[in-house]
Amino acid sequence: MDIPSDRSEVVFQDFKAAFTPAQAVTEANRCLFCADAPCVQACPTEIEIPQFIRKIATGNLKGSARTIFDSNILGMSCARVCPVEVLCAGACVYNHRGEEPIAIGKLQRYATDEAFAKGWRFFTAGKATGKSVGLVGAGPASLAAAHELRRRGHAVTIYDKRKVVGGLNTTGVAPYKMKSDRSLDEVRYVLGIGGIEVKTGVEVTDFVALQKQHDAIFIGVGLGADSKLGIPGEDRTHGAVEMIEKLKLGRVAFDKTKPAVVVGGGNTALDAVRELKGLGIDNVTLVYRGQEPSMSGYQHEWAAAKLENVRAQWQTQPVAYEGGVLKCVKLDAAKKAIAGSDFAVPAELVLVAIGQAKLAVPGLKVEKGCIVADENGATSVRGVFTGGDCMNGGKEVVNAAAEGKRAAIAIDKFLGGK
Amino acid sequence: MPNLQANTGGIISPNPFWLASAPPTNSGPQIMRAFDAGWGGAVWKTLGVPIQNVSSRFGGLNVGTKRAVGFNNIELITDRPLESNFKEIYEVKKRYPKHAVIVSLMVETEQEWKEIIKRSIDAGADGLELNFGCPHGMCERGMGSAVGQEPKVNERITSWAVHYSTVPVLVKLTPNVSDIRPHGLAAKRGGAHGVSLINTIKSIIGVDIDRFIPEPRVAGLSTNGGYCGAAVKPIALHMCASLARERDFGIPISGIGGVSNWRDAVEFILLGSSSVQVCTEVMLRGYRVVEDMIEGLTEYMTTHGFETIDQMVGKAVPQYSEWGDLDMNYETVAKIDADKCIGCHLCLVACDDGAHQCIHPGENVMKNGMAVNVPKIDESECVGCNLCQIVCPVEGCIDMVAVANGHKPATWNQHVSEGAKLRHKKGSH
Repeated sequence: MDIPSDRSEVVFQDFKAAFTPAQAVTEANRCLFCADAPCVQACPTEIEIPQFIRKIATGNLKGSARTIFDSNILGMSCARVCPVEVLCAGACVYNHRGEEPIAIGKLQRYATDEAFAKGWRFFTAGKATGKSVGLVGAGPASLAAAHELRRRGHAVTIYDKRKVVGGLNTTGVAPYKMKSDRSLDEVRYVLGIGGIEVKTGVEVTDFVALQKQHDAIFIGVGLGADSKLGIPGEDRTHGAVEMIEKLKLGRVAFDKTKPAVVVGGGNTALDAVRELKGLGIDNVTLVYRGQEPSMSGYQHEWAAAKLENVRAQWQTQPVAYEGGVLKCVKLDAAKKAIAGSDFAVPAELVLVAIGQAKLAVPGLKVEKGCIVADENGATSVRGVFTGGDCMNGGKEVVNAAAEGKRAAIAIDKFLGGK
Repeated sequence: MPNLQANTGGIISPNPFWLASAPPTNSGPQIMRAFDAGWGGAVWKTLGVPIQNVSSRFGGLNVGTKRAVGFNNIELITDRPLESNFKEIYEVKKRYPKHAVIVSLMVETEQEWKEIIKRSIDAGADGLELNFGCPHGMCERGMGSAVGQEPKVNERITSWAVHYSTVPVLVKLTPNVSDIRPHGLAAKRGGAHGVSLINTIKSIIGVDIDRFIPEPRVAGLSTNGGYCGAAVKPIALHMCASLARERDFGIPISGIGGVSNWRDAVEFILLGSSSVQVCTEVMLRGYRVVEDMIEGLTEYMTTHGFETIDQMVGKAVPQYSEWGDLDMNYETVAKIDADKCIGCHLCLVACDDGAHQCIHPGENVMKNGMAVNVPKIDESECVGCNLCQIVCPVEGCIDMVAVANGHKPATWNQHVSEGAKLRHKKGSH
């Protein structure tokens, strides 16, 4: 799983700089150490946030990292990529006192980076149960599930059709949050528990057949290819997820003086505009069919994009891409085209970020493209569990980590564990 | 505009803020800078037979990121030649005739006391302070707190000093005693014009947990030092008030111990101090802290209608009572202001684990688009202990409210002696 060192993403600086030790201790000491803490309730993996922060304050960094990883073995990447503004930090009681919430993500990064740097490991594989679990997809959901299954003593094999592991954490995270090599550091850290076999370049399509090789199956295949606009000239546009993967794993080259457009209003679109800006393109425009407040992308991400001089065309629908312009119409509040509102947005580069196709999972009950599962990730087929984007339709890494772990606990029970 | 002039046993200073005898008063140039900054008086670093100090000498007690809320030292009295000190005292008094220069002294024999007192007064001292308090280094040589802990010795040496002095004599008392009152009374019997208290408290400030050596470290060893700084204020206030309310005492007090700002100074004055002495806060942040002390005190006096310091001195002393005279039937319960609550549940966990288990999760209130769980108080179980209010991070969110329970006031002493009826005990099942 080697990646080149001259990847396009390496030019990016961290948007949120790492804490120095002094900054971390000062911030940790601000924490009120709430009981029934709202930040914990807001974390999908329920990390004991006040405890890990208190341990930073007292200089017990090892204990701090242990607390984080005990709840979420992907705590290092989550520290960087979590939208803390709408999760833990968004719930911090300081918000109600008119003060800056605790920088929980940066503190978590401080503790987990230290654990990686020092090579602190906290968990060992459980006593072998003789049971085997196959996990399809090597993204965050499967990694979290695999680690938990190993703690409980089950043999684990992960299959991924790609050569590179880590899923979107490696191929899709905005490089000003985390670069692909750091994701691979985390994969190695997770695999360090031992006994997790990873088979890359293996695409599993027949889940029922896989059941013959394992006592239980976990499906964490994520989402499929970028969705299409269905407009003339689309063949000269690029899917945003596909382009982001290219700039993260290899090199991309653009004419920086020519205008670029990203179509969409979700978080992938917001990542894409900032990534194009970061790669040096002066003129980047977001084209979105809804209004600014109704975009599904986080407002704090859009605010950051605006500070980087990204422009936007709201209530705008592309109709064709030709001759170096994206032809558009304006939409009314009901998202209907307004007659005579045609206009053109100059665009030498067009990225389409309007969602991703759902992957086919034959044999399982699927609704709206998502695998149907109960609260523990059990699917319609006995012994087959799921979690992450293919089940939730596309959420955060931390949701995948939580769902993977929860499914692992359910699988353990299914296999006779306590 | 209130008059800040202070009179401590006949020692007059333009305001009640003195520098305590310590490193900030080690030399003339320092004290002149302090007077320029606004200090009203200075107690010169203790004179005696010059000593030699060790390094290091100081230790700090940090709490969280707050550094040195407590402080200790193993430094001794002046290490400078007496001649230099007297020359500088003379120069300071010449340039600052209206400021108070009090010379702290510590010697052994009557003859030594006689000589050093004469030289101090000749140099221009406005008053003397007898150092009967130092708890480290000097007491092992029969001075400092070794004197302050023996009322008879204290009285005898005080009487020598008073006999040989033509200026007011203050006796600086050590807190390293179980009851301060016999020691204050001994100073009074010796003829002292006032006392200064407290000196530092015998302490080990901390331990280097990697070297296994207490702090501050001197090569491979350490020794006990004198504890001071903001953290000692409660101990100092108690000792100050104990003497202030002692019927047979009745001489002025110069309050010392953790005075860091004007509020601390007001507290000392209200509990009987005529002036206050400051060391640690100046060591940590410099002479300039006095600016806020003067302004804050002035504003406080104006707000409360005090025209002179004398009107303030001891104002809170009558309200310092014995436990047996407290009204047992006075009942308070905690009330949480739901508008101010931020949902941290610190009150809940404190009450659960450290008090009477009477705060429980309550209603959710929407704030900033989020549900905030405001705890509710079970008033039938609340004993009014105050712990929740102490841990609450929001000023004014938890209030201790008096309950009209229909009972007449009754103290424990009245209950024991007259059978006064007490209200039903809460939280004792």
